[in-house]
Amino acid sequence: MSTQSGIKQGVSLYSFQEEYFLRKLSLEDCIRTAASVGATGIESIAEQMMPGFPKLSDAFYEQWQGWMQTYGTTPTAHDAMLDTKKYKGRLLTDDECMVEFERDLKHAARLGCKVVRVLCMVSPEIMIKAVPIAEKYDVKMGIEVHAPYYFDHPWIMRHLEAAARLGTKHYGLVPDMGIFTKRLPRVARDRMLRQGATPKILDFVSESYEAGVLSEYTIFEARKMGGNALDVAWAEQCRHSVYTNPKRLTEFMPYIFHIHAKFYEMLDDGTEYSIPYDKIIPALKAGNYQGYLSSEYEGNRHIQDAFPVDSVEQVRRQHAMFRRLLAA
Amino acid sequence: MFDRYMIVENTLRNVTRDGRAVGFEFGARIAYYRGLGLSMVEGLEVTVDGEKVPADRLRFGVGGRTFTLAEMENEFDARWEFGDVATVTVLRDGGLPPGEHRIELIEHLRVSYMPFPLQGRDAKTVAAR
Repeated sequence: MSTQSGIKQGVSLYSFQEEYFLRKLSLEDCIRTAASVGATGIESIAEQMMPGFPKLSDAFYEQWQGWMQTYGTTPTAHDAMLDTKKYKGRLLTDDECMVEFERDLKHAARLGCKVVRVLCMVSPEIMIKAVPIAEKYDVKMGIEVHAPYYFDHPWIMRHLEAAARLGTKHYGLVPDMGIFTKRLPRVARDRMLRQGATPKILDFVSESYEAGVLSEYTIFEARKMGGNALDVAWAEQCRHSVYTNPKRLTEFMPYIFHIHAKFYEMLDDGTEYSIPYDKIIPALKAGNYQGYLSSEYEGNRHIQDAFPVDSVEQVRRQHAMFRRLLAA
Repeated sequence: MFDRYMIVENTLRNVTRDGRAVGFEFGARIAYYRGLGLSMVEGLEVTVDGEKVPADRLRFGVGGRTFTLAEMENEFDARWEFGDVATVTVLRDGGLPPGEHRIELIEHLRVSYMPFPLQGRDAKTVAAR
């Protein structure tokens, strides 16, 4: 759905992984469902929902284009995985990595995607080598800025420096909104509780995180409180989680190709428990962002042991929130 | 991530050859959020009623082909697709006696961006058919 701001609504089919895995939704069902909640952009992970990848038939790509027409959707991004550990005991060489990049960029172009999401562990040196391939297929490569990385992390700064030096339009970023995790997910806390963690320590950790206490202090205190392995694991979660100022989005806008709208739990009041989209969307508007907000629901893994997972309802709620905030 | 769905219920059964049970098998799903080429399945561990199965007694079947763990290491074509049910076979003379058994499965998966192999674990008490 397009709004006055030019910010578009999309869904990464990653969001429906629970239902797809259990064969409750097919790939076509996932696309239809995304469209039904008001999304027009479709992001996909070939190795998740396109069996046989990278050897997909012409008939598959034709069917894909047919689905896009039927449901009024547009392919946005393909998530590349770059399996550097394909061989036991050694990593892929740079030349082997380029073969994988060519494979993924070509696939993205055939789907009709303008962006390939590249995992954040990929180095600037590899990205520089891949730029000519991205230019050939005219598909932009975006390094995923995913927690515990954040915009100003030295690794991401090196990527930005490399992209700026090359002056190419095909090398930038795909920030994951998990870098704005203001509160640790409640659904994850509750799972730890079911597994045998201590309520008092879980709450201490969650409160310390929200207060911005340095992770090392929180971990030390959790141990001192007599925390068991799960309590300490929850405290260590602070190390893997990040809250940075959403206003940073505005500043880095020239390099932002696509956005992973990560979320863990949409509440009944139409807000997300951990991530302040009411701060994120104004920052995107201020930077005149013209790309997609691509839903990435990741709460299923925290509730599946005790509750039925309804990814569709969660995504539906997130898109209702997007519409409200985009219209504000 | 999908640990609790790894061992597929109602799939445990004896494997017979020439009328004699030569082992047993059950369905297994990948614990990760996407499929992997078999070379990246670093290892599988199966424990039955508290007894660990030696690795050379395990077979892994997917897409109509069957592999030993050693063969999987060098398999760069076949894939364990996301949500697909593979067949884990344990070669054991006589198979399993009828009734309930405790099956434990550990999957070690080599994932590019993780410093250590991802580990999925599931344990279920299931009846042999």
